[in-house]
Amino acid sequence: MPEREVKLTIGPQHPMLKEPESFLLTLRGEKITDMTVRLGYNHRGIEKACEQRTYIQDMYLVERVCGICSHSHSTCFIQTVEEIAGLAVPKRGLYIRTLIAELERIHSHLLWVGVAGHEIGFDTLLMYTWRDRELVMDILALISGNRVNYGMNTIGGVRRDITTDQIPQILSAIDKLEERTKYYIQVGTEEITLRERLSGVGKLSKEDAIHLGAVGPTARASGVDRDVRRDDPYGAYGELSFDVITDNHCDVYGRTLVRLGELMQSYKLVRQILRQLPEGPIVVKAPRKIPAGQAVSRYEAPRGEDVHYVKANGSDKPERVKVRAPTLANVQVVAHMLKDGYLADTPIVIAAIDPCFSCTDRTIATTNLDNGRTDRMDWPTLRTYGIEWYSKQGIDFTELNRKLRTMRESN
Amino acid sequence: MLVEEEKIRQQLVERFGLPAEKITVQRERRIWADVPAANFGEIFDYAADKLGFVILATITGLDEGPTLGVIYHIARESGIILNLHTSVPKDKPVIKTVSARFPAADAYEREMVDLLGMQVEGLPPGNRYPLPDSWPAGQYPLRKDWKSDTIGKSEVTENA
Repeated sequence: MPEREVKLTIGPQHPMLKEPESFLLTLRGEKITDMTVRLGYNHRGIEKACEQRTYIQDMYLVERVCGICSHSHSTCFIQTVEEIAGLAVPKRGLYIRTLIAELERIHSHLLWVGVAGHEIGFDTLLMYTWRDRELVMDILALISGNRVNYGMNTIGGVRRDITTDQIPQILSAIDKLEERTKYYIQVGTEEITLRERLSGVGKLSKEDAIHLGAVGPTARASGVDRDVRRDDPYGAYGELSFDVITDNHCDVYGRTLVRLGELMQSYKLVRQILRQLPEGPIVVKAPRKIPAGQAVSRYEAPRGEDVHYVKANGSDKPERVKVRAPTLANVQVVAHMLKDGYLADTPIVIAAIDPCFSCTDRTIATTNLDNGRTDRMDWPTLRTYGIEWYSKQGIDFTELNRKLRTMRESN
Repeated sequence: MLVEEEKIRQQLVERFGLPAEKITVQRERRIWADVPAANFGEIFDYAADKLGFVILATITGLDEGPTLGVIYHIARESGIILNLHTSVPKDKPVIKTVSARFPAADAYEREMVDLLGMQVEGLPPGNRYPLPDSWPAGQYPLRKDWKSDTIGKSEVTENA
Protein backbone atom coordinates (compact mmCIF):
# COMPACT_ATOMS: atom_id res chain seq x y z
CA MET A 1 0.00 0.00 0.00
CA PRO A 2 1.39 3.43 -0.89
CA GLU A 3 2.31 5.74 1.96
CA ARG A 4 -0.31 8.39 2.57
CA GLU A 5 -0.15 11.76 4.15
CA VAL A 6 -1.82 11.88 7.56
CA LYS A 7 -2.78 15.00 9.46
CA LEU A 8 -2.61 14.69 13.21
CA THR A 9 -3.95 17.28 15.60
CA ILE A 10 -2.38 17.49 19.03
CA GLY A 11 -4.24 19.75 21.43
CA PRO A 12 -5.55 22.15 22.50
CA GLN A 13 -6.41 19.55 25.14
CA HIS A 14 -4.02 16.63 25.06
CA PRO A 15 -2.35 14.43 27.70
CA MET A 16 1.08 15.26 26.25
CA LEU A 17 0.65 18.96 26.84
CA LYS A 18 0.87 20.73 30.16
CA GLU A 19 -0.94 23.78 28.87
CA PRO A 20 -3.48 24.24 26.08
CA GLU A 21 -2.01 24.88 22.63
CA SER A 22 -2.67 23.18 19.34
CA PHE A 23 -0.24 21.58 16.93
CA LEU A 24 -1.26 20.30 13.52
CA LEU A 25 1.29 17.76 12.30
CA THR A 26 1.44 16.46 8.76
CA LEU A 27 2.92 12.98 8.68
CA ARG A 28 4.30 10.75 6.00
CA GLY A 29 4.75 7.45 7.74
CA GLU A 30 6.41 8.29 11.04
CA LYS A 31 8.11 11.38 9.68
CA ILE A 32 6.80 14.86 10.22
CA THR A 33 6.67 16.82 6.99
CA ASP A 34 4.98 19.96 8.25
CA MET A 35 3.67 21.55 11.41
CA THR A 36 1.55 24.55 12.27
CA VAL A 37 0.93 25.94 15.74
CA ARG A 38 -2.20 27.60 17.04
CA LEU A 39 -1.79 29.58 20.25
CA GLY A 40 -4.01 31.86 22.24
CA TYR A 41 -5.85 29.40 24.46
CA ASN A 42 -4.30 30.87 27.59
CA HIS A 43 -5.07 34.49 26.86
CA ARG A 44 -6.05 36.32 30.00
CA GLY A 45 -6.17 39.96 29.02
CA ILE A 46 -3.17 41.04 31.08
CA GLU A 47 -1.95 43.86 28.80
CA LYS A 48 -5.40 45.43 28.65
CA ALA A 49 -5.91 44.85 32.37
CA CYS A 50 -2.64 46.67 33.07
CA GLU A 51 -3.97 49.81 31.39
CA GLN A 52 -6.85 49.86 33.86
CA ARG A 53 -4.77 49.41 37.02
CA THR A 54 -2.11 51.37 38.86
CA TYR A 55 1.59 50.66 38.42
CA ILE A 56 1.80 48.87 41.76
CA GLN A 57 -1.22 46.69 40.97
CA ASP A 58 0.27 45.98 37.54
CA MET A 59 3.48 44.78 39.11
CA TYR A 60 1.60 42.03 40.92
CA LEU A 61 -0.45 41.27 37.83
CA VAL A 62 2.63 41.04 35.61
CA GLU A 63 4.29 38.78 38.16
CA ARG A 64 1.48 36.37 37.35
CA VAL A 65 2.12 36.33 33.59
CA CYS A 66 4.08 33.16 34.31
CA GLY A 67 4.15 30.73 37.19
CA ILE A 68 7.82 29.87 36.80
CA CYS A 69 9.54 33.09 35.70
CA SER A 70 7.35 35.34 37.81
CA HIS A 71 10.29 37.40 39.08
CA SER A 72 11.55 37.75 35.50
CA HIS A 73 8.36 39.43 34.34
CA SER A 74 7.93 41.66 37.37
CA THR A 75 11.57 42.81 37.16
CA CYS A 76 11.41 43.39 33.43
CA PHE A 77 8.26 45.46 33.93
CA ILE A 78 9.42 47.64 36.81
CA GLN A 79 12.77 48.30 35.16
CA THR A 80 10.84 50.23 32.52
CA VAL A 81 8.76 52.08 35.11
CA GLU A 82 11.85 52.99 37.13
CA GLU A 83 13.57 54.24 34.00
CA ILE A 84 10.63 56.47 33.04
CA ALA A 85 10.36 57.80 36.61
CA GLY A 86 14.12 58.36 36.77
CA LEU A 87 14.47 56.29 39.93
CA ALA A 88 17.91 55.09 40.97
CA VAL A 89 17.40 51.77 42.72
CA PRO A 90 19.90 51.36 45.60
CA LYS A 91 22.72 48.91 44.90
CA ARG A 92 21.64 46.51 47.62
CA GLY A 93 18.16 46.39 46.09
CA LEU A 94 19.63 45.55 42.68
CA TYR A 95 21.79 42.80 44.16
CA ILE A 96 18.84 41.21 45.96
CA ARG A 97 16.78 41.36 42.74
CA THR A 98 19.60 39.65 40.89
CA LEU A 99 19.93 37.03 43.61
CA ILE A 100 16.25 36.11 43.28
CA ALA A 101 16.67 36.08 39.49
CA GLU A 102 19.44 33.49 39.67
CA LEU A 103 17.62 31.38 42.28
CA GLU A 104 14.64 31.45 39.93
CA ARG A 105 16.83 30.27 37.05
CA ILE A 106 18.13 27.42 39.21
CA HIS A 107 14.66 26.19 40.09
CA SER A 108 13.45 26.60 36.51
CA HIS A 109 16.40 24.75 34.94
CA LEU A 110 16.20 21.91 37.48
CA LEU A 111 12.51 21.64 36.73
CA TRP A 112 13.34 21.44 33.02
CA VAL A 113 15.94 18.70 33.46
CA GLY A 114 13.27 16.68 35.28
CA VAL A 115 10.65 17.30 32.59
CA ALA A 116 13.13 16.35 29.87
CA GLY A 117 13.94 13.12 31.74
CA HIS A 118 10.25 12.36 32.02
CA GLU A 119 9.56 13.00 28.33
CA ILE A 120 12.13 10.40 27.30
CA GLY A 121 11.02 7.86 29.88
CA PHE A 122 13.94 8.51 32.22
CA ASP A 123 11.81 9.17 35.27
CA THR A 124 14.63 8.55 37.74
CA LEU A 125 16.13 11.81 36.53
CA LEU A 126 12.80 13.54 37.15
CA MET A 127 12.62 12.19 40.70
CA TYR A 128 16.22 13.15 41.47
CA THR A 129 16.14 16.66 40.04
CA TRP A 130 12.78 17.55 41.50
CA ARG A 131 13.90 16.30 44.91
CA ASP A 132 17.00 18.51 44.66
CA ARG A 133 14.95 21.42 43.39
CA GLU A 134 13.24 21.52 46.77
CA LEU A 135 16.48 22.91 48.21
CA VAL A 136 16.23 26.05 46.09
CA MET A 137 12.47 26.28 46.63
CA ASP A 138 13.11 26.28 50.38
CA ILE A 139 15.65 29.07 49.96
CA LEU A 140 13.21 31.15 47.92
CA ALA A 141 10.56 30.56 50.57
CA LEU A 142 13.05 31.50 53.29
CA ILE A 143 13.85 34.83 51.60
CA SER A 144 10.46 35.79 50.20
CA GLY A 145 7.93 33.66 52.06
CA ASN A 146 6.83 32.04 48.80
CA ARG A 147 7.96 29.21 46.55
CA VAL A 148 6.80 31.05 43.42
CA ASN A 149 5.39 34.58 42.86
CA TYR A 150 7.86 35.94 45.39
CA GLY A 151 6.53 39.49 45.56
CA MET A 152 10.09 40.69 46.17
CA ASN A 153 9.99 43.64 43.79
CA THR A 154 8.52 47.02 44.31
CA ILE A 155 8.93 50.15 42.21
CA GLY A 156 12.22 51.60 43.40
CA GLY A 157 13.76 48.45 44.86
CA VAL A 158 12.84 45.31 46.75
CA ARG A 159 10.44 44.69 49.61
CA ARG A 160 12.54 42.33 51.72
CA ASP A 161 16.14 42.43 52.84
CA ILE A 162 18.56 39.52 53.15
CA THR A 163 19.50 38.96 56.77
CA THR A 164 22.96 37.83 57.87
CA ASP A 165 21.67 34.52 59.23
CA GLN A 166 20.07 33.70 55.86
CA ILE A 167 23.39 33.88 54.04
CA PRO A 168 24.95 30.66 55.43
CA GLN A 169 21.68 28.80 54.77
CA ILE A 170 21.64 29.94 51.15
CA LEU A 171 25.31 29.06 50.68
CA SER A 172 24.87 25.60 52.17
CA ALA A 173 21.96 24.85 49.82
CA ILE A 174 24.00 26.14 46.87
CA ASP A 175 26.90 23.83 47.84
CA LYS A 176 24.59 20.82 47.85
CA LEU A 177 22.96 21.85 44.56
CA GLU A 178 26.33 22.32 42.92
CA GLU A 179 27.40 18.86 44.04
CA ARG A 180 24.20 17.37 42.61
CA THR A 181 24.48 19.31 39.35
CA LYS A 182 28.04 18.03 38.86
CA TYR A 183 26.54 14.56 39.08
CA TYR A 184 23.89 15.44 36.47
CA ILE A 185 26.58 16.78 34.18
CA GLN A 186 28.38 13.46 34.61
CA VAL A 187 25.12 11.65 33.78
CA GLY A 188 24.62 13.94 30.79
CA THR A 189 28.06 13.38 29.37
CA GLU A 190 28.67 9.73 30.30
CA GLU A 191 25.28 8.05 30.33
CA ILE A 192 24.98 6.54 26.85
CA THR A 193 21.18 6.10 26.84
CA LEU A 194 20.56 9.77 27.56
CA ARG A 195 23.10 10.98 25.04
CA GLU A 196 21.89 8.66 22.29
CA ARG A 197 18.24 9.48 22.92
CA LEU A 198 18.76 13.24 22.73
CA SER A 199 21.46 13.55 20.10
CA GLY A 200 20.33 14.57 16.63
CA VAL A 201 16.79 15.17 17.88
CA GLY A 202 15.19 18.56 17.18
CA LYS A 203 18.04 19.84 15.05
CA LEU A 204 18.45 23.60 14.73
CA SER A 205 21.47 24.97 12.90
CA LYS A 206 23.15 28.18 14.03
CA GLU A 207 22.03 29.98 10.86
CA ASP A 208 18.42 28.90 11.36
CA ALA A 209 18.51 29.82 15.05
CA ILE A 210 19.62 33.35 14.13
CA HIS A 211 17.27 33.70 11.18
CA LEU A 212 14.20 32.41 13.04
CA GLY A 213 14.98 34.53 16.09
CA ALA A 214 15.50 31.78 18.67
CA VAL A 215 16.23 33.02 22.18
CA GLY A 216 17.70 31.74 25.45
CA PRO A 217 19.18 28.28 25.96
CA THR A 218 17.51 27.16 22.69
CA ALA A 219 19.63 29.66 20.73
CA ARG A 220 22.77 29.16 22.82
CA ALA A 221 22.66 25.40 22.24
CA SER A 222 22.95 26.20 18.51
CA GLY A 223 26.09 28.22 19.09
CA VAL A 224 24.42 31.65 19.21
CA ASP A 225 26.42 33.62 21.74
CA ARG A 226 23.71 35.92 23.05
CA ASP A 227 22.70 36.61 26.62
CA VAL A 228 21.01 39.84 27.70
CA ARG A 229 22.65 39.63 31.13
CA ARG A 230 25.97 40.30 29.42
CA ASP A 231 24.89 42.19 26.27
CA ASP A 232 22.41 44.64 27.80
CA PRO A 233 23.18 44.38 31.54
CA TYR A 234 20.55 45.20 34.14
CA GLY A 235 20.29 44.66 37.90
CA ALA A 236 23.74 43.86 39.28
CA TYR A 237 24.95 41.86 36.27
CA GLY A 238 27.25 44.65 35.09
CA GLU A 239 29.36 44.12 38.24
CA LEU A 240 29.34 40.33 38.27
CA SER A 241 31.47 37.90 36.35
CA PHE A 242 29.99 34.86 34.65
CA ASP A 243 30.32 32.93 31.41
CA VAL A 244 27.65 32.70 28.75
CA ILE A 245 27.28 28.98 28.09
CA THR A 246 26.99 27.94 24.47
CA ASP A 247 27.11 24.56 22.77
CA ASN A 248 27.46 23.41 19.20
CA HIS A 249 25.42 20.20 19.26
CA CYS A 250 22.41 22.11 17.84
CA ASP A 251 19.96 19.51 19.20
CA VAL A 252 18.06 18.57 22.36
CA TYR A 253 21.24 17.10 23.80
CA GLY A 254 22.96 20.47 23.40
CA ARG A 255 20.02 22.23 25.05
CA THR A 256 20.41 19.89 28.02
CA LEU A 257 24.13 20.62 28.33
CA VAL A 258 23.55 24.39 28.09
CA ARG A 259 21.03 24.36 30.91
CA LEU A 260 23.26 22.19 33.10
CA GLY A 261 26.16 24.56 32.39
CA GLU A 262 24.00 27.56 33.21
CA LEU A 263 23.11 26.02 36.55
CA MET A 264 26.81 25.97 37.45
CA GLN A 265 27.10 29.66 36.43
CA SER A 266 24.07 30.53 38.55
CA TYR A 267 25.69 28.96 41.63
CA LYS A 268 28.79 31.05 40.94
CA LEU A 269 26.63 34.17 40.59
CA VAL A 270 24.72 33.53 43.83
CA ARG A 271 28.02 33.19 45.75
CA GLN A 272 29.38 36.38 44.19
CA ILE A 273 26.21 38.32 44.97
CA LEU A 274 26.29 37.26 48.61
CA ARG A 275 30.00 38.03 48.89
CA GLN A 276 29.69 41.47 47.29
CA LEU A 277 26.27 42.38 48.75
CA PRO A 278 26.54 46.14 49.38
CA GLU A 279 25.31 47.70 52.60
CA GLY A 280 22.61 50.34 52.56
CA PRO A 281 18.94 50.83 51.76
CA ILE A 282 17.04 48.38 49.57
CA VAL A 283 14.44 50.75 48.16
CA VAL A 284 13.81 54.38 47.22
CA LYS A 285 10.43 55.98 47.46
CA ALA A 286 8.55 55.94 44.16
CA PRO A 287 5.90 58.44 43.12
CA ARG A 288 2.36 57.19 42.66
CA LYS A 289 2.06 59.00 39.34
CA ILE A 290 4.69 58.21 36.74
CA PRO A 291 5.67 61.09 34.41
CA ALA A 292 4.90 60.75 30.70
CA GLY A 293 7.52 58.81 28.80
CA GLN A 294 8.38 55.40 27.47
CA ALA A 295 10.98 52.74 28.07
CA VAL A 296 11.84 49.27 26.91
CA SER A 297 13.55 46.66 29.03
CA ARG A 298 15.09 43.28 28.33
CA TYR A 299 15.70 40.50 30.80
CA GLU A 300 17.33 37.10 30.41
CA ALA A 301 14.63 34.84 31.85
CA PRO A 302 15.34 31.10 32.24
CA ARG A 303 13.64 30.44 28.88
CA GLY A 304 15.22 33.36 27.04
CA GLU A 305 14.78 37.02 26.51
CA ASP A 306 11.79 38.78 28.04
CA VAL A 307 10.95 42.15 26.51
CA HIS A 308 8.67 44.67 28.17
CA TYR A 309 7.63 48.06 26.86
CA VAL A 310 5.77 50.63 28.94
CA LYS A 311 4.33 53.96 27.87
CA ALA A 312 3.39 56.32 30.67
CA ASN A 313 0.98 59.24 30.34
CA GLY A 314 1.63 61.07 33.60
CA SER A 315 -1.15 59.39 35.55
CA ASP A 316 -0.94 56.52 38.03
CA LYS A 317 -1.90 54.05 35.29
CA PRO A 318 0.16 53.13 32.24
CA GLU A 319 -0.99 54.05 28.75
CA ARG A 320 0.33 50.81 27.29
CA VAL A 321 2.13 47.72 28.56
CA LYS A 322 3.61 45.26 26.11
CA VAL A 323 5.01 41.88 27.09
CA ARG A 324 7.03 39.60 24.82
CA ALA A 325 7.77 36.31 26.52
CA PRO A 326 10.56 34.07 25.19
CA THR A 327 8.28 31.21 24.13
CA LEU A 328 6.61 33.41 21.50
CA ALA A 329 10.02 33.90 19.92
CA ASN A 330 10.81 30.19 20.10
CA VAL A 331 7.53 28.76 18.90
CA GLN A 332 8.31 29.20 15.19
CA VAL A 333 11.61 27.55 15.91
CA VAL A 334 9.83 24.43 17.19
CA ALA A 335 7.95 24.02 13.92
CA HIS A 336 11.28 24.09 12.12
CA MET A 337 12.91 21.62 14.54
CA LEU A 338 10.11 19.10 14.18
CA LYS A 339 10.21 19.03 10.39
CA ASP A 340 11.75 15.81 9.05
CA GLY A 341 11.87 14.44 12.57
CA TYR A 342 9.95 11.48 13.97
CA LEU A 343 6.50 11.74 15.50
CA ALA A 344 7.77 10.01 18.64
CA ASP A 345 10.26 12.83 19.21
CA THR A 346 7.54 15.49 19.30
CA PRO A 347 7.12 15.61 23.12
CA ILE A 348 10.82 16.05 23.87
CA VAL A 349 11.40 18.52 21.01
CA ILE A 350 8.54 20.72 22.20
CA ALA A 351 9.68 20.34 25.81
CA ALA A 352 13.24 21.26 24.84
CA ILE A 353 12.45 24.93 24.27
CA ASP A 354 10.99 24.78 27.81
CA PRO A 355 7.76 26.26 26.50
CA CYS A 356 5.57 28.43 28.62
CA PHE A 357 2.34 29.14 26.84
CA SER A 358 0.78 31.00 29.70
CA CYS A 359 3.62 33.52 29.30
CA THR A 360 3.14 33.72 25.60
CA ASP A 361 -0.61 34.16 25.70
CA ARG A 362 -1.28 36.98 28.00
CA THR A 363 -3.37 39.70 26.50
CA ILE A 364 -7.08 39.28 26.22
CA ALA A 365 -9.97 36.83 26.61
CA THR A 366 -13.28 37.47 28.16
CA THR A 367 -15.86 35.37 26.39
CA ASN A 368 -16.39 31.92 25.00
CA LEU A 369 -17.94 32.24 21.58
CA ASP A 370 -19.15 29.23 19.70
CA ASN A 371 -19.94 29.69 16.01
CA GLY A 372 -20.77 33.30 16.61
CA ARG A 373 -23.41 32.34 19.17
CA THR A 374 -22.67 33.24 22.71
CA ASP A 375 -22.73 30.69 25.45
CA ARG A 376 -20.89 32.58 28.13
CA MET A 377 -21.98 31.78 31.65
CA ASP A 378 -22.21 34.62 34.08
CA TRP A 379 -21.82 33.93 37.77
CA PRO A 380 -25.55 33.37 38.64
CA THR A 381 -26.03 31.09 35.62
CA LEU A 382 -22.94 29.10 36.51
CA ARG A 383 -24.17 28.82 40.10
CA THR A 384 -27.62 27.63 39.02
CA TYR A 385 -26.03 25.20 36.57
CA GLY A 386 -23.86 23.80 39.39
CA ILE A 387 -26.77 23.38 41.78
CA GLU A 388 -28.87 21.62 39.12
CA TRP A 389 -25.99 19.37 38.10
CA TYR A 390 -25.44 18.26 41.68
CA SER A 391 -29.14 17.74 42.35
CA LYS A 392 -29.23 15.39 39.34
CA GLN A 393 -26.44 13.44 41.06
CA GLY A 394 -28.66 13.22 44.11
CA ILE A 395 -26.90 15.92 46.11
CA ASP A 396 -29.27 18.50 47.51
CA PHE A 397 -28.04 21.83 48.84
CA THR A 398 -31.43 23.10 50.07
CA GLU A 399 -30.85 22.08 53.69
CA LEU A 400 -27.27 23.41 53.65
CA ASN A 401 -28.42 26.72 52.18
CA ARG A 402 -31.07 27.06 54.87
CA LYS A 403 -28.46 26.49 57.59
CA LEU A 404 -26.11 29.03 56.01
CA ARG A 405 -28.88 31.62 55.84
CA THR A 406 -29.78 31.06 59.49
CA MET A 407 -26.13 31.43 60.47
CA ARG A 408 -25.77 34.68 58.50
CA GLU A 409 -28.99 36.10 59.93
CA SER A 410 -28.06 35.24 63.52
CA ASN A 411 -24.74 37.07 63.03
CA MET B 1 30.00 57.56 26.73
CA LEU B 2 27.13 57.32 24.26
CA VAL B 3 29.62 57.61 21.37
CA GLU B 4 28.17 54.68 19.46
CA GLU B 5 24.60 55.76 20.12
CA GLU B 6 25.28 59.32 18.92
CA LYS B 7 26.97 57.96 15.81
CA ILE B 8 23.89 55.91 14.91
CA ARG B 9 21.72 58.95 15.52
CA GLN B 10 23.89 61.08 13.22
CA GLN B 11 23.84 58.45 10.49
CA LEU B 12 20.04 58.28 10.54
CA VAL B 13 19.67 62.06 10.55
CA GLU B 14 22.13 62.60 7.70
CA ARG B 15 21.08 59.77 5.45
CA PHE B 16 17.33 60.30 5.60
CA GLY B 17 17.19 64.02 6.34
CA LEU B 18 15.16 63.38 9.47
CA PRO B 19 14.61 66.27 11.90
CA ALA B 20 17.24 65.88 14.63
CA GLU B 21 14.69 66.13 17.46
CA LYS B 22 12.87 63.06 16.13
CA ILE B 23 15.77 60.83 17.12
CA THR B 24 16.74 60.74 20.77
CA VAL B 25 19.33 58.87 22.75
CA GLN B 26 17.55 58.09 26.01
CA ARG B 27 20.53 56.54 27.74
CA GLU B 28 23.26 54.03 27.08
CA ARG B 29 21.98 51.42 24.58
CA ARG B 30 18.57 53.06 24.04
CA ILE B 31 17.74 55.05 20.90
CA TRP B 32 14.23 56.17 19.95
CA ALA B 33 13.39 57.31 16.47
CA ASP B 34 10.11 58.62 15.15
CA VAL B 35 10.03 58.19 11.40
CA PRO B 36 7.41 58.91 8.74
CA ALA B 37 5.47 55.91 7.45
CA ALA B 38 6.34 56.87 3.86
CA ASN B 39 10.02 55.95 4.10
CA PHE B 40 9.80 53.60 7.05
CA GLY B 41 10.67 50.52 5.00
CA GLU B 42 13.80 52.15 3.67
CA ILE B 43 14.96 53.23 7.14
CA PHE B 44 14.19 49.82 8.63
CA ASP B 45 16.18 48.03 5.92
CA TYR B 46 19.08 50.44 6.35
CA ALA B 47 19.14 49.89 10.13
CA ALA B 48 19.06 46.12 9.71
CA ASP B 49 21.51 45.87 6.77
CA LYS B 50 23.95 48.69 7.35
CA LEU B 51 23.75 49.61 11.02
CA GLY B 52 23.87 46.09 12.42
CA PHE B 53 20.43 45.91 14.04
CA VAL B 54 20.03 42.21 13.37
CA ILE B 55 17.80 41.18 16.28
CA LEU B 56 14.08 41.86 16.36
CA ALA B 57 13.27 42.02 20.09
CA THR B 58 9.57 42.59 19.50
CA ILE B 59 7.01 44.86 17.84
CA THR B 60 4.62 46.97 19.91
CA GLY B 61 1.33 48.27 18.56
CA LEU B 62 -0.26 51.38 20.09
CA ASP B 63 -3.59 53.12 19.93
CA GLU B 64 -2.67 56.80 19.64
CA GLY B 65 -6.12 58.25 19.08
CA PRO B 66 -6.41 59.24 15.42
CA THR B 67 -3.48 56.99 14.51
CA LEU B 68 -2.19 53.53 15.27
CA GLY B 69 1.47 53.48 16.26
CA VAL B 70 3.99 50.74 15.71
CA ILE B 71 7.34 50.44 17.44
CA TYR B 72 9.89 48.00 16.08
CA HIS B 73 12.37 47.23 18.84
CA ILE B 74 15.47 46.12 16.97
CA ALA B 75 18.78 45.37 18.63
CA ARG B 76 22.46 45.01 17.90
CA GLU B 77 24.47 42.06 19.15
CA SER B 78 26.22 44.53 21.46
CA GLY B 79 22.96 45.37 23.24
CA ILE B 80 21.97 48.71 21.70
CA ILE B 81 18.24 48.89 20.96
CA LEU B 82 16.84 51.10 18.25
CA ASN B 83 13.14 51.72 18.81
CA LEU B 84 11.75 52.71 15.43
CA HIS B 85 8.33 54.29 15.75
CA THR B 86 5.92 55.14 12.97
CA SER B 87 2.20 55.94 12.77
CA VAL B 88 -0.53 55.11 10.29
CA PRO B 89 -4.05 56.62 10.18
CA LYS B 90 -6.62 54.60 12.11
CA ASP B 91 -9.10 54.54 9.23
CA LYS B 92 -6.45 53.03 6.95
CA PRO B 93 -3.98 51.31 9.25
CA VAL B 94 -1.80 49.55 6.72
CA ILE B 95 1.80 48.48 7.34
CA LYS B 96 4.07 46.08 5.47
CA THR B 97 5.23 42.85 7.04
CA VAL B 98 8.85 42.42 8.10
CA SER B 99 8.40 38.66 8.49
CA ALA B 100 10.45 37.87 5.39
CA ARG B 101 13.52 39.23 7.12
CA PHE B 102 12.48 38.28 10.68
CA PRO B 103 10.20 35.20 10.64
CA ALA B 104 9.47 35.73 14.36
CA ALA B 105 7.66 38.95 13.38
CA ASP B 106 4.83 36.76 12.13
CA ALA B 107 3.45 36.31 15.65
CA TYR B 108 4.01 39.93 16.67
CA GLU B 109 2.24 41.21 13.55
CA ARG B 110 -0.71 38.83 13.89
CA GLU B 111 -1.08 40.05 17.44
CA MET B 112 -1.46 43.63 16.16
CA VAL B 113 -3.97 42.46 13.57
CA ASP B 114 -6.14 40.79 16.20
CA LEU B 115 -5.80 43.20 19.09
CA LEU B 116 -5.53 46.58 17.35
CA GLY B 117 -7.04 46.04 13.92
CA MET B 118 -3.80 46.70 12.10
CA GLN B 119 -3.68 45.58 8.45
CA VAL B 120 -0.39 43.93 7.63
CA GLU B 121 0.42 43.60 3.94
CA GLY B 122 2.33 40.55 2.84
CA LEU B 123 1.71 38.42 5.92
CA PRO B 124 1.80 34.77 4.81
CA PRO B 125 -1.38 32.74 5.33
CA GLY B 126 -1.63 31.11 8.74
CA ASN B 127 -3.60 30.83 11.94
CA ARG B 128 -4.77 33.97 13.64
CA TYR B 129 -3.20 34.89 16.97
CA PRO B 130 -4.21 35.21 19.77
CA LEU B 131 -8.01 35.55 19.64
CA PRO B 132 -10.40 32.63 19.04
CA ASP B 133 -11.47 31.87 15.45
CA SER B 134 -15.03 32.79 16.36
CA TRP B 135 -14.11 36.25 17.70
CA PRO B 136 -16.55 38.84 16.29
CA ALA B 137 -15.20 40.97 13.45
CA GLY B 138 -14.33 44.57 14.14
CA GLN B 139 -13.69 44.07 17.88
CA TYR B 140 -10.16 45.18 18.69
CA PRO B 141 -9.53 44.75 22.40
CA LEU B 142 -6.41 46.89 22.71
CA ARG B 143 -8.07 49.93 21.17
CA LYS B 144 -8.72 52.53 23.84
CA ASP B 145 -12.46 52.74 23.18
CA TRP B 146 -12.85 48.97 23.66
CA LYS B 147 -13.88 47.97 27.17
CA SER B 148 -13.82 44.42 28.46
CA ASP B 149 -17.62 44.45 28.81
CA THR B 150 -18.19 45.59 25.20
CA ILE B 151 -18.95 42.03 24.18
CA GLY B 152 -20.87 41.24 27.34
CA LYS B 153 -23.34 44.06 26.56
CA SER B 154 -24.06 42.94 23.00
CA GLU B 155 -24.63 39.49 24.44
CA VAL B 156 -27.36 40.71 26.75
CA THR B 157 -29.25 42.28 23.84
CA GLU B 158 -28.79 39.13 21.83
CA ASN B 159 -30.18 36.92 24.57
CA ALA B 160 -33.09 39.20 25.42
